[in-house]
Amino acid sequence: MIWRYILKRILWMVPFLFGVSIVAFLLIQAPPGDYLTTYIAKLGESNEVLDQASIENLRARFGLDQPLYVQYFKWVSRLLVGDFGMSFEWRQPVSDLVWGRMGLTLCLSMATLLFTWAVAFPIGVYSAVRKYSIGDYLATTIGFIGLATPNFLLALILMYIGVVHFGADVGGLFSNEYKNAPWSWAKVWDLMKHLWLPVVVLGTSATASLIRIMRANLLDELNKPYVDTARAKGLSEFWLIMKYPVRVALNPFVSTIGWVLPNLVSGAVVTAIVLSLPTAGPLMLQALLAQDMYLAGAFVLMLSSLTVIGMLLSDILLVLLDPRVKYD
Amino acid sequence: MPQTLMATEASSRPILSVENLNVGFNTRKGMFDVLHGVSFELNRGRTTAIVGESGSGKSVTARAILNMVPRPGQINGGRVLFRPSKGSEIETTALDPRGKAIRDIRGGKIGMIFQEPMSSLSPVHTIGNQIIEAVRLHRDCTKQEAREIARQMLEQVEIPKPEKALDQYAFEFSGGMRQRAMIAMALSCHPDVLIADEPTTALDVTTQAEILDLMRKLQVELNMAIMFITHDMGVVAELADDVVVMEKGHVVETGQTGPLFAEQQHPYTKRLLGAVKRLEEPAAAKVRPAADAREILRVDDLRLHFEKREGFFQRVTDVNKAVDGVSFSLKEGEALGIVGESGSGKTTVGRCIARVYDPEGTVDYRGSNLVTAGKAELQSYRQQIRMIFQDPFASLNPRMTVKQLIAEPLVVNGVASGSELEDRVATLLREVGLQPEMMERYPHAFSGGQRQRIVVARAIALEPKLVIADEPTSALDVSIRTQVLDLLLRLQAEMGLSFIFISHDMAVIRYFCDRVAVMYRGKIVEIGETEEIIQNPQHPYTQALLSSVPIADPALRGTRQRHRYLGEGA
Amino acid sequence: MTETPSKALPDQPDEPLAVAEAHSPDEVAIASQWQLTWWAFKKHRLAMIGLWVIGFMYLVSLFAGFVAPNDPTDSNRRAVYHPPQMIHFIDSSEDGWSFRPYVYEMDRERDPDTLAVTYVPSGEKIYLRLFGRGQEYKFWGLWETDIHLLATVKPRDNFFLFGADRLGRDMFSRVVYGTRISMSIGLVGVAIALVLGITLGGISGYYGGRIDTVIQRLIEFVLSLPTIPIWLALAAALPPSWPIYQQYFVITLIVSLVGWTELGRVVRGRFLAMKNDDFVIAARLDGASEKRIIFRHMLPSLTSHIIASLTLAIPLMILAETGLSFLGLGLQPPAISWGVLLKEAQNIRSISQAPWLFIPGGFVVVAVLAFNFLGDGMRDAADPYGH
Repeated sequence: MIWRYILKRILWMVPFLFGVSIVAFLLIQAPPGDYLTTYIAKLGESNEVLDQASIENLRARFGLDQPLYVQYFKWVSRLLVGDFGMSFEWRQPVSDLVWGRMGLTLCLSMATLLFTWAVAFPIGVYSAVRKYSIGDYLATTIGFIGLATPNFLLALILMYIGVVHFGADVGGLFSNEYKNAPWSWAKVWDLMKHLWLPVVVLGTSATASLIRIMRANLLDELNKPYVDTARAKGLSEFWLIMKYPVRVALNPFVSTIGWVLPNLVSGAVVTAIVLSLPTAGPLMLQALLAQDMYLAGAFVLMLSSLTVIGMLLSDILLVLLDPRVKYD
Repeated sequence: MPQTLMATEASSRPILSVENLNVGFNTRKGMFDVLHGVSFELNRGRTTAIVGESGSGKSVTARAILNMVPRPGQINGGRVLFRPSKGSEIETTALDPRGKAIRDIRGGKIGMIFQEPMSSLSPVHTIGNQIIEAVRLHRDCTKQEAREIARQMLEQVEIPKPEKALDQYAFEFSGGMRQRAMIAMALSCHPDVLIADEPTTALDVTTQAEILDLMRKLQVELNMAIMFITHDMGVVAELADDVVVMEKGHVVETGQTGPLFAEQQHPYTKRLLGAVKRLEEPAAAKVRPAADAREILRVDDLRLHFEKREGFFQRVTDVNKAVDGVSFSLKEGEALGIVGESGSGKTTVGRCIARVYDPEGTVDYRGSNLVTAGKAELQSYRQQIRMIFQDPFASLNPRMTVKQLIAEPLVVNGVASGSELEDRVATLLREVGLQPEMMERYPHAFSGGQRQRIVVARAIALEPKLVIADEPTSALDVSIRTQVLDLLLRLQAEMGLSFIFISHDMAVIRYFCDRVAVMYRGKIVEIGETEEIIQNPQHPYTQALLSSVPIADPALRGTRQRHRYLGEGA
Repeated sequence: MTETPSKALPDQPDEPLAVAEAHSPDEVAIASQWQLTWWAFKKHRLAMIGLWVIGFMYLVSLFAGFVAPNDPTDSNRRAVYHPPQMIHFIDSSEDGWSFRPYVYEMDRERDPDTLAVTYVPSGEKIYLRLFGRGQEYKFWGLWETDIHLLATVKPRDNFFLFGADRLGRDMFSRVVYGTRISMSIGLVGVAIALVLGITLGGISGYYGGRIDTVIQRLIEFVLSLPTIPIWLALAAALPPSWPIYQQYFVITLIVSLVGWTELGRVVRGRFLAMKNDDFVIAARLDGASEKRIIFRHMLPSLTSHIIASLTLAIPLMILAETGLSFLGLGLQPPAISWGVLLKEAQNIRSISQAPWLFIPGGFVVVAVLAFNFLGDGMRDAADPYGH
């Protein structure tokens, strides 16, 4: 049964997420020193000095004096009930800081994924069917350049063009008047107006590689005997290509969601920093640099979970789409 | 003109004429012709076989009729005239290859089936979906009606539970069933002509016999013309009314089947038939083992089960009993054939004896048990027991020269080195009929037959006692087969070799082997003297197998009773 | 286990050797794997261009001190945001023309109203000399010399082919030195990935069974981690006080975490498939030892594929390093890499004032493109036998 398969795959996520939580915890523990060291150094810059007693006091309050595994288990057990701990830096519960930004990150990644597919699918099909045509060469060239240009560089160039030629600052996800406004239709519309730039920036390299994947898959399929069979049936060239080889080539295409989503989530971090988007990236970077461990840990954990969910989705989609994949 | 006259004229004229057809492939180095002025005719209610070896242009001809020559090929001259039972004469080669007119003919008036039942059906659409599509393309009917027609077609091609089969996928079917479904699809619009491009080549011989029977039956029912492409003269003799022989893009001979088999005009046809005829009896040069020859090998209760393991804990989820209690013995100088269809376990038996796998049971080679032999022991036996593989393209490492390949067993066993090694390789090459000057070449410079000779040279390099030959000729064209077999026979006589000869082809076994063991689903069902078994098979499976082998003699057509073996519990 | 052949093979030598159509049959007959691969590769025009570009870049990295006219860390307050100067080769004056490279001198002026600094051509020519003498540097850290590919005739003059940055440092020299670091990070990273990938992938594919399952799960796990957050976290853990070479090594290590999984999968897949290939079984039956089977029979068929995968992994690493350094988490100044240089272009004000800060980005794109072309060409040519 398909439901049993899905359940099984979801159960498989448990050890994965457990592993992810260990990695996340180790990562935020990796820097020498802890938040207090950074905090003291910061105070030191403004010539304030904490005495030993209050340092110890703070350390105990944050639980930083306990051995690593104790800290880890405390962290994880609180995670299970949805408590991500406190951000040292912001003096706020991590969940208050994280959810809104994660929501926007997810929104941005999904929008980009849709954009990527919407663009890559027709171009990939065209490129394969009209192999070595001018359009194919054009798509291939753009694809290669898209792959070779780092996201942040593309973002910078687009920003440069925006500033120099249009005199407009194209960064951010909201106009100033909506930045702190409550959600409304007007704010959603404003978001839409800003979203295209990060979507294009973020989606370019994924689109480029998806075009190449679609093209290669379809080229393989176009020579298969079942295409000949369909032709010998009297189907028109357009329909036979759409119904058979494209349908078969769609399967590996769909399964790319498994790595496209992690890539987008990853890429979104850098892009967000350059375009100063209120998504997870900039805050996570800040948290990492300040060794604000619970905040950073929550981000690393949630971003990793997103990618695991992406893989789950792609596996389920593949089973639904391809009757050859067995799921029991 | 009176209508009756037109009708009689139409039915007396061939339904399809190919006239002086030229097809070329446009390559970077210019036009490269694959068909040179091909002409022949198809007639209503008759089966025309197009025969030739690989590269003769048979398949291209079939596609040219439907005006679907794959790029970069193109029709350069000549024409194909099609005279459907309803409507007027059409020149298919003059139509727009993507236009409506030719698409009405494809599938509607001329149906086509292909060689590979594995890949000729879409893997992600149900059988029903694909047949219903074909029906609705050419017949004016609702989805429900089309489904009913599809169901009837599946029934007509004898697919069990047709209603259920409609909703199944191709990969859930066996090869034979898939080919039946293909036929059902091609015939769903009652075409005037059916083009079958090697439809049985990829099938086992018993399945092939069933498909041929089916096609014969359908032809009578539907009164169509069949164009049957094949390389197998046996199939031609069984099925065809007319024969067109092709070689390298030329039609070299045409005629009715009976006369053509009796007397051939063109030397190529002679050679083709000669190669088949020679395989109909034991080789003249065959040296029988001495009556008092000692036993060289005794296999007792050999078993090998492949376990399918899954998941993290590697649980056994499925067991495939590839070899299930096989016993036989072999005398010095004797050739034992193992015959069976795909999946019967014959190749696995050969590989078990060579210890490619680790089986259970006993393989007693001159008093020592190979199954329990340790590494060092095995090393010395492997010098005496050698193997020849089916596919000479896969069994020769393309990255080594012929010299390195043949020298490898000599080098790793420390038999020869330096100039002595080179001399040995030269001698071996001469022995198998190749020139020693070729030893610096790589395998890619050799043809299939030559490569198989290299494989033979490697096998005999260590002067073995026993050779396990796994389908050594089935990857080769018919005319090359006997050459390789004759080489093996000569070596057997000269070196006193014993052979275990694995094949699916009864004719090859008959030519080469003293005794034969018939395998079915991992077991030997019958073993004995080759001629005895062929003349008087005892086991029902052997009877079914033998009655399925096409005989290259049209005179014998229909004289045999076909046996069907459904297996125990199947 | 299916023995029935689907189709009889043509009784003539293989077609895939069409790659060798320009060569005589006798030449083809004795052509080794590498010969055939090279013939196939040569036909791939883009790949050949990629090869030349990459060769050129590594040449520049090797002779960075010689190619760069200036010390890349020398700042010059009088040349802040100096725009790029075109180089002219033919000097024409009243008495005809001669080959004599020069650039036009730019004078620094301050707008009296806005106080913004602008550079205006003064009309004077600054003459350059091939193999002229300039600043002293240590060639390969061994020999002291002051000969440069291009140097001003008058030692006091300066020229800026790619302009100057906010400290007046010569971008051209900085890009040249950046090329050295960025291009070599790819190579070193790939070497690490190669060791990890081949060892783990090879073990996984050759032995199979439970070891295979464990390694496969590990690879899946690593692949499911979102790379950039992990890198960021790892890189953030680096103390900025570390010396450059230590930073360089650790960053390379972090960056190579990308490459090995893919390589591991390729190697495993090939090993797994090849283990049961007839020619490998034939070698086993010949009596060849495990070592000989792996090294003489299996690896030679793999090397071309491995090299192709490696080539395709290098651009990923270059991009990774660039991204990290751009965010300030990779190499730290005074180290110079393309990423470090691009960090200067991070805010919109500096790039609108000095768009030439984008130039290192162009190098990134060109290098990555070249590696991709090269890798694609190699992958296509890797199996000249076409089976």
